[in-house]
Amino acid sequence: MIQPVTSASSFRRFRAMLFKETRQILRDPSTFLIAFLLPVMLLFLMGYGVNLDSARTRIGLSLQESSAEARSLASAYQNSPYFNVTATGSIAELEPHLVGSKIHGIIVIPQDFGREVARGGGTIQIITDGSLPNMANFIAAYGEGVRATWAQARNKDRGLHITPPIDISTRFWFNPELASRNFLVPGSIAIVMAMIGSLLTALVVAREWERGTMEALMATPIGMGEFLLTKITPYFMLGLISMTLCALLAIFVFGVPLRGSAFALLAISAIYLVPALGQGLLISATVKNQFVASQIALLTAFLPTMLLSGFIFEISSMPTILQAITYVVPARYLIPQLQTVFIAGDNWRLFLPDMAILLLFGTAFMLLCVRATQRRIA
Amino acid sequence: MIGPRLRAIIIKEIWAILRDPRSRIILVAPPLLQLFLFGFASTMEVNNIRVGVLDLDHGRWSREIVQRIDGSPNVREIVSLRSDAELARAINDQKIIVAIRFDPHFSADIASGKGATMGAIFDGRRSNAAQIISGYIRSITNEVGASLLPKGLPQGGRAVVTHWFNPNLINLWFVMPALISILAAISTLSVVSQSVARERELGTFDQLKVSPLRTYEILIGKMIPPVMIGFVNVTLFVILVPTVFGVPLQGALLPFYMALIFYLVAISGIGMLISTVSATQQQAFLGMFAVSVPMITLSGYASPVDNMPGWLQLINLANPSAWFLNISEGIFLKGMPLAQVFSNTWPIMLIAAISCILAAALFRSRME
Repeated sequence: MIQPVTSASSFRRFRAMLFKETRQILRDPSTFLIAFLLPVMLLFLMGYGVNLDSARTRIGLSLQESSAEARSLASAYQNSPYFNVTATGSIAELEPHLVGSKIHGIIVIPQDFGREVARGGGTIQIITDGSLPNMANFIAAYGEGVRATWAQARNKDRGLHITPPIDISTRFWFNPELASRNFLVPGSIAIVMAMIGSLLTALVVAREWERGTMEALMATPIGMGEFLLTKITPYFMLGLISMTLCALLAIFVFGVPLRGSAFALLAISAIYLVPALGQGLLISATVKNQFVASQIALLTAFLPTMLLSGFIFEISSMPTILQAITYVVPARYLIPQLQTVFIAGDNWRLFLPDMAILLLFGTAFMLLCVRATQRRIA
Repeated sequence: MIGPRLRAIIIKEIWAILRDPRSRIILVAPPLLQLFLFGFASTMEVNNIRVGVLDLDHGRWSREIVQRIDGSPNVREIVSLRSDAELARAINDQKIIVAIRFDPHFSADIASGKGATMGAIFDGRRSNAAQIISGYIRSITNEVGASLLPKGLPQGGRAVVTHWFNPNLINLWFVMPALISILAAISTLSVVSQSVARERELGTFDQLKVSPLRTYEILIGKMIPPVMIGFVNVTLFVILVPTVFGVPLQGALLPFYMALIFYLVAISGIGMLISTVSATQQQAFLGMFAVSVPMITLSGYASPVDNMPGWLQLINLANPSAWFLNISEGIFLKGMPLAQVFSNTWPIMLIAAISCILAAALFRSRME
């Protein structure tokens, strides 16, 4: 089935075909768009547009008495680096702001607060916009934090010092500043490679099927394996070039560290491209229609890479059925490798098993591809 | 109101879309599939956590804390570690996402009353999940700590937290209304952007040129069917979201649908712009992709618009999906009143007007 390249003439044929395919790809404006423009756009979106680290959140403040304690706590919120107090008034006055998303939380310092504090208590209320669950959690945690810090400082001034019985010293390895950019930007390289490997390949090769140029090529005396190889090689190179571009942007524009070796990054990417290209080729060989191929590539390659790879959402938290599906999403085995090579360093104990699985996927896709192509000709 | 020519082209365009059985399925099935997929995949909680424990204390309090962590519904398994080297290796190889470390004096320090420190080491590669887990662990140690404080000591106040609109902070309640905005845009955009490009690739565009149809009639005829498809899809979602996913529908549907019409027209206008500049279906598809990815990413679905840098928020004012996401979240969860719906709708109207005028101008220049 797959004929080995033996004689000099078949090598020349192979080289000629490869040359033709490469020229064809370089001439196509879509290539430039998918391999360079879209990746850069995606990286900038992930670097600037998606920010899971909360910035200063706009809140409202409802101060219901004017005791010294209440005013002192209010100014603690006003000076907090986590909050930006943009509105004040009664809860009823602030409610429309919360409905209109002008603010995302309300801190209520109730009547009698000053007297309660004097007695050693002092309860405040924090109202959050629950329609944004992440932000609501943030406001609840940091809102209470501001109050607790204020209370502690006050007690200290008065000579009262209560040590908490259990303290936690928290350390985040590899990413102590907890910048979500550090995992989003390497993760988006996976999406870029899925885009080139599966989407671009599916689209372009499906067009050849649609126009019948594929059959014309197959009528030449070239072997099936050779033929697929000449189709894939230019995209493979394109994928690696685009990955390099993304990695350079990640490091020099977004300040993501590359703690592992460039060799490991290259090896990880090259191995991932095998199943990605196989998938793209398989889609085009099975449907051979541009519109349907593009939709299937979106649905089976792009979306799963985005959603089911552990890139944004934790796989272990998904319903069991979805968790089961993630095992056949190649990107699932790529994301941990990419995150590791960028922010932790080379760890071949972690890389090698994932690489083996990816190669297995690649082989399976290629074999299916050869079968699908042969059947179509017969 | 609708002339016979306009009616004819609308019917022709509807047929052009519905004729092919494969594209018929693609109009409804993927948006539905995506609704379920996105809905169930986008959990923000972290479950089935594997926690490593390096207990050099073997005391009463370290055991108590480990037991409570083990009992947490978010934790699947406790992995016992014997040394710091083993701890480092388990985190490096992603066998665990967090390790708890107790010093030999931990329980003794608590007993003596001078306060003890517990170590928590997280895998920062997954910094978002790590932060969420650190919140879970902190609340467990706070509980244990509170039980240790002598009774009768002043508690020093506290904060009572109320989450409005979504008291239990169910993430699905946020995700579903956001998905309505996103999926309506994708399904409409993917059909409109193909419309003119397909005719041009097939060569039937020239036939349109010589027909007695006016430019605006062709444009309206091509935009109405995708708007209808978007309308049908959204209606399906509006039925499914409260019934299947249990998201409350607090507000009125009439203002929602009025805003929806303008939103779909705005999206069609943008799609028509893409379609007129594209020479082939492939270019149209890529153009659609290049426009919809930033539109979705910046809509507020992936992360709040407030967290973006100022210049990006400014650009985002021209993103109809961001405005409609506000409306959708507002009507479903917050019972948004009419005035507020309108203040989010007029920017969409403006975007619709500008994109349609631009598309018409461009289309006319291509006709000549």
